[in-house]
Amino acid sequence: MKLIFEKSAAGHRCAILPPCDVEVFELSAELTREVAPKLPELNEQEISRHYTELNKRVHGVNCGFYPLGSCTMKYNPRVDEEAAALPGFTQIHPLAPAHTVEGCKEALDTAKAYLCEITGMDDMTFQPAAGAHGEFTGVLLIKQYHDARGDSKRKKIIVPDSAHGTNPATAAMCGYDVVNIPSAPNGCVDLEALKAVLGEDTAGLMLTNPNTVGIFDENILEITRLVHEAGGLCYYDGANLNAVMGVVRPGDMGFDCIHLNLHKTFATPHGGGGPGSGAVGCKAALAPYLPKEDGIRVKSFNGNFLVVVKALTYLLTLGKEGVPEAAKNAVLNANYLQSKIKGTFTPAFDRLCMHEFVLDLSSFKKETGVSALDVAKSLIDYGMHPPTMYFPLIVHEALMLEPTETESRDTLDEAAEVFRKLFELAKTDPDYMHNAPHNAQIGRPDEVRAARTPVLRYSF
Amino acid sequence: MGSYVPNTPAERQEMLEALGLSSFRDLFAVVPEEMYLEDGALNIPQGMSELEVIRKVSEMAGKNRIFSTVLRGAGAYDHYIPSIVKYIPAKEEFLTAYTPYQAEMSQGILQSIFEYQTMICELTGMDVSNASVYDGATAAAEAAAMCRDRKRRVTLISGAAHPDTIQTVKTYCYGTGDELRIVPVKDGKTDMAALKEMLTADVASFYVQQPNFYGMIEDAKEIGDLVHEAGAMYVMGCNPISLGVLKTPRECGADVAVGEGQPLGMPLSFGGPYLGFMCTTQKHMRKLPGRIVGETVDSKGERAYVLSLQAREQHIRREKASSNICSNQALCALTAGVYMATMGAEGIAEAAKQSMSKAHYLAKELCAIPGVSLKNEGEFFHEFVTVMPKAEEVLTALEKADILGGLPVEGGILWCATEKVSKAQLDKAVAVVKEVLA
Repeated sequence: MKLIFEKSAAGHRCAILPPCDVEVFELSAELTREVAPKLPELNEQEISRHYTELNKRVHGVNCGFYPLGSCTMKYNPRVDEEAAALPGFTQIHPLAPAHTVEGCKEALDTAKAYLCEITGMDDMTFQPAAGAHGEFTGVLLIKQYHDARGDSKRKKIIVPDSAHGTNPATAAMCGYDVVNIPSAPNGCVDLEALKAVLGEDTAGLMLTNPNTVGIFDENILEITRLVHEAGGLCYYDGANLNAVMGVVRPGDMGFDCIHLNLHKTFATPHGGGGPGSGAVGCKAALAPYLPKEDGIRVKSFNGNFLVVVKALTYLLTLGKEGVPEAAKNAVLNANYLQSKIKGTFTPAFDRLCMHEFVLDLSSFKKETGVSALDVAKSLIDYGMHPPTMYFPLIVHEALMLEPTETESRDTLDEAAEVFRKLFELAKTDPDYMHNAPHNAQIGRPDEVRAARTPVLRYSF
Repeated sequence: MGSYVPNTPAERQEMLEALGLSSFRDLFAVVPEEMYLEDGALNIPQGMSELEVIRKVSEMAGKNRIFSTVLRGAGAYDHYIPSIVKYIPAKEEFLTAYTPYQAEMSQGILQSIFEYQTMICELTGMDVSNASVYDGATAAAEAAAMCRDRKRRVTLISGAAHPDTIQTVKTYCYGTGDELRIVPVKDGKTDMAALKEMLTADVASFYVQQPNFYGMIEDAKEIGDLVHEAGAMYVMGCNPISLGVLKTPRECGADVAVGEGQPLGMPLSFGGPYLGFMCTTQKHMRKLPGRIVGETVDSKGERAYVLSLQAREQHIRREKASSNICSNQALCALTAGVYMATMGAEGIAEAAKQSMSKAHYLAKELCAIPGVSLKNEGEFFHEFVTVMPKAEEVLTALEKADILGGLPVEGGILWCATEKVSKAQLDKAVAVVKEVLA
């Protein structure tokens, strides 16, 4: 497919602006740019065709099953888009006088009230733009808390080895040393390993529950108690909240601050990689450290306001019954799919999961030579987006599946059937799978070449 | 109650039974009793049907004032957004897809980002751009981090940068324990003498906003020379529309160019989602945080696009990553790409010239009113600060006339005009001000 620059033709243009109706101000030569930018010259229908062609090469949630573990690819309701497109929200300047933006205030306050109740927190900020950004903000709350108490010896953040890469990266961005603790064989926090690293230098613990292998840690109260006893605080990574929203509250698990991924749990669209919203909630003791005028700030203005509007619309729709219903059915769908696949591929943990589960393909690879990557790429030929690969790190040849609650039983049955077909194909024709996908937009890309000789822009 | 769960209660029961369970509570057996919320325990209102929901959010939106004339900027600009720019990012596939980790299924997204990266490089004159970060303020903070090394860790920032940018960079510095020093402002611009003194051997970078918060055009090339003489790196935070006419950060010697991309097709949106662009020279390419799309070939030798240089990122390097950033603002970057394609170089230059011209017209007309003067002497782009009596009354009167006037700042009012506002609208605003001050 051609690049937009390759479709450019001299003189093609869109007529957008009228001539200037005031005296044209001429900028002095020494302030004026010397070389004009080379942007495409196209008219509107050429632009329309180009992006239509691009759009055909994108797999959205509307295209098919998207069981990406830990990403919660649930259906993105259209009414949420309607709400966020209302001129009464899109046309509002972030620095307009307070009495002219009562509607924005109400939207944010309402979203805050719902989300604090769902998470068991006392206060919340919508300033962070993404999950990792929320993590950064949350850990900064912990840092400010200890700094305010003059507790400068607390230099360590504990992170389980099953954690998402953003967790230790965030801790490092906040000046902390990261202490990794190994997970127990059952995938949960090893209490002894935790006790061994807790001490006077513990600033806090970063944890997801259910964890990244989709298991709810039944020792959670003991874990948070131990950290508090050592003088540390507990941070909840909300990426997996879809398993428990309306059923269990992080605040009741003993967490002091949390981040949410509104673009996962609260159904705002992923947009190909953003914009999201990483709302951060906290207990009253940490509330003074939330972003404020004479305190910290993690982004300009008010955060990704329109994204919050989408999440609010979703919450208004689901309400008291719909929120736990979503979580419960997310867990049901995951367990149902795991049970249907279990006859072929091997779950990493042979037990009830939460909203996602991990398949361990290490034995399968030894027997057939077909890797998790090959299976993932083969799924593409069936119109299914592959599950999350090679995460979490504690399972080898991992594939993590999260169907979400918005899939029907039929879709799950069909998906299990595809996995069964691939399981058989690996035995009869492994080579076909090594070279998959065969019917996709492209064959496997040469990623090594891309990294070795980076070409990061089009050259005219 | 609205629900997006397709399985009926009967189907759900069958699925439970297929698992050898009888109720949903069984699925959560591992959850301790004391934290399990029973049905109805969640204290939020009942769910609603779609019609009720739309009524409710419309009611909320209705409580916000939509001004027909916007003369306020200060980091969020009311430019005209061509129609097609709104329709393309609304396409369901672009809207709902995940990050393009599976290149074979997402060439559309990857290519659109590659095109965006190219356009940003053309606009700024730099060599390589990333796929975007959250906004201009966080881009400034990420740039400051990118410039640090073992010996040089202090970040200098112009006091004439946007207050939110300064506060954000300050916060990021607090996180890593690095020092931020603010260079004072003189006559609405960076104090050059003070800057020279503050460029000590421990300084990693200096950040200047162009045009700055007060609308003034900084002596960007001169600043660049000073910064490089002192052995530090030069970061410019640019308004992308202004780059239609102003000297590019490349032409001014910048090592890193960042900025707020909101003017490239994103509505005001009460502050977000916006777009942070970040680009640099070939030399510093591997220090760029965030996602970057690269070109390669596939197994058949056909051109293909992939997320590249991922060894810099958090999912590989974890605590050794230079930044924790995981996502970008993909849909906003797509929006910016469509805007830049629709406007073209000619259109962006025109939007810049008209914004600048209308601002100068407004400034001239306002200053013709007795008692009103410009606070700062010197060249400005599309924003300027006036000094006038009865500032509050003026803004209130403008509000009554359905005009969002300039932003009250220390010592005056910060006005903005874009290509979207007509001469008639400007004349109306001036008339209102004149009446109040008569």
